[in-house]
Amino acid sequence: MPSAALQRKWQGRLSLTLLLAPALLWLCALIILPHIDLAILSFRERVGPRHYVASLAQYRTFFAEPLYWHVFVRTAVMSVVATFLTLLLAFPIAWIIAKLAQGRASSLLFILCLIPFWVSETVRTLGWMILLRESGVLPSLLVKLGITAVPVELLYHDATIMVGLIYTSLLFMVIPLISSLESLDNALIEAAYDLGADGFAILRAIVIPHAAPGITAGCIVVFMLTLGNYLTPTLLGGKNSQWFTEQIYTQFITRFNWEQGAALGFLLLALSTVMVMVGLRLTGQRFGDVMRRT
Amino acid sequence: MIPSLPRPAWLRATTAVYLAGFLAFLFLPLIVVAVFAFNNAPYPAPPWRGFTWDWFLGNATIGRIGLFGDSELLGSIWTSCVVGAWVTLLSVLVGTCNAFLIERGRFFGKQALSMLMLAPLVIPGVILGISILAFASRVAEFADDVFGLELDFLRPGLPLVVLGQFSYLATIATLTVSARLRRFDRTLEEAALNLGASKAAVFRTILLPYLRPALLGSSAISFLMSFSDFNTTLMLVGADSPLTVMMYGRMREGASPVLNAVSLFLMLASAVLALTFMRGGPARGKAANSA
Repeated sequence: MPSAALQRKWQGRLSLTLLLAPALLWLCALIILPHIDLAILSFRERVGPRHYVASLAQYRTFFAEPLYWHVFVRTAVMSVVATFLTLLLAFPIAWIIAKLAQGRASSLLFILCLIPFWVSETVRTLGWMILLRESGVLPSLLVKLGITAVPVELLYHDATIMVGLIYTSLLFMVIPLISSLESLDNALIEAAYDLGADGFAILRAIVIPHAAPGITAGCIVVFMLTLGNYLTPTLLGGKNSQWFTEQIYTQFITRFNWEQGAALGFLLLALSTVMVMVGLRLTGQRFGDVMRRT
Repeated sequence: MIPSLPRPAWLRATTAVYLAGFLAFLFLPLIVVAVFAFNNAPYPAPPWRGFTWDWFLGNATIGRIGLFGDSELLGSIWTSCVVGAWVTLLSVLVGTCNAFLIERGRFFGKQALSMLMLAPLVIPGVILGISILAFASRVAEFADDVFGLELDFLRPGLPLVVLGQFSYLATIATLTVSARLRRFDRTLEEAALNLGASKAAVFRTILLPYLRPALLGSSAISFLMSFSDFNTTLMLVGADSPLTVMMYGRMREGASPVLNAVSLFLMLASAVLALTFMRGGPARGKAANSA
């Protein structure tokens, strides 16, 4: 082999290694090894000071203690409901932005949808607390309008948590919906209309099948974010929030029971992964495509 | 229905009502936060008692500590800025390397590696936080036992917060930069090389200017998301709290309009940042990448 070609080959090798190094360092040191460590933690039990044995005790505790799996199931169910409601609420606005509004109006609406998400979730949650707490804006408005005699506490209900979760997730549903609706050819809708289809038939037979990738992408992202949310349920739900991430925090940080916390963490991760897989399988999509879409 | 088809009046009316309701839902929380930063009352609650700057400018002498007199809050804003700067630097650097690796590199296992790079987005932030916390403390213990080293940066604190946020923001930077790199016309690069430019010169004069919008956009996104990250940060935080954690603690204790003041400040700052950095190029693509 001529030496110039050999040199080029080695140069290529070298630059590939240099580019690979940060990626491998990042993924190994911050993602793969920590998760292996977490798995090891979750499969051991403390039997004495600095003495541990391998066991399934942490997972057994999860199933034996009703509080844990009640909260687990509750978090999962509420996340599914929140995802569905977010989809219902986001679909019309995505339709308006992608199809109804034209030109500047469409971009303006889109920017308006974006603005609340430039500020942190803490600020948005603060807003909801000021609106909903007993001395807050909405209860006093209800009294003024004569709907309730005394201010009612609107915080600390499941419905409050739901509102907060939907609010936080909206954008992540709207964006993939818009991009999937924009690619739908209006001529198809016009043709269906000319052939006598009504609105619901068009929605069912044309729009939803076409937007399915966007719907799946949005639902997956929203579900994951909702499941892993900590701030909104704890602040809007108060003591009744019973969110699973809270249990993880309590075990890990408050009680310093890392083994139990790791097990709960893995269960949450498993739930999230399974639901994502099911979502992808149901709609026949690939993970990489979905992530690029969002 | 689309504009080219007839829409019945009830549908138009419903659309208008929905749109108004939706925008109200979207902006009501932000508006009340902003408004009650100026209410002359010790709690951010109605009724309106007149306009005041106290919650920004107040100090101990008038009995109301405003934002600019609250050294704890100001300190936490500074902490967030420092964390954000490090996270942004790391994420954009690593993200750019990754983009070249994925778009240009040819090696065994590339498909698997690029899938693995997406993983941090699917892992809940809380779990990223606890796994890094546990692993870091194991490494610290190991270093202590075997080499007798005290590695303080591996204990809960700002270095870990930076690493925790970086662990998933690197993915977002990777996606943003590689999306732009993918659309690059490689004949430009080849032409420059044919004309005798060195690889370094091509990178500096052609690729870097081309990637600039993506680099700036992903910097802005990384900084904003680092500033507002809560889940991962909460698990890794030590003695110095970044702003979100500090605000969370205060919100649990009780309400004070100082929080409204700092929130308003945040809203303005993030709006300015978002508008300056995301103006170039289609806003939609950038925003999509932040999700």
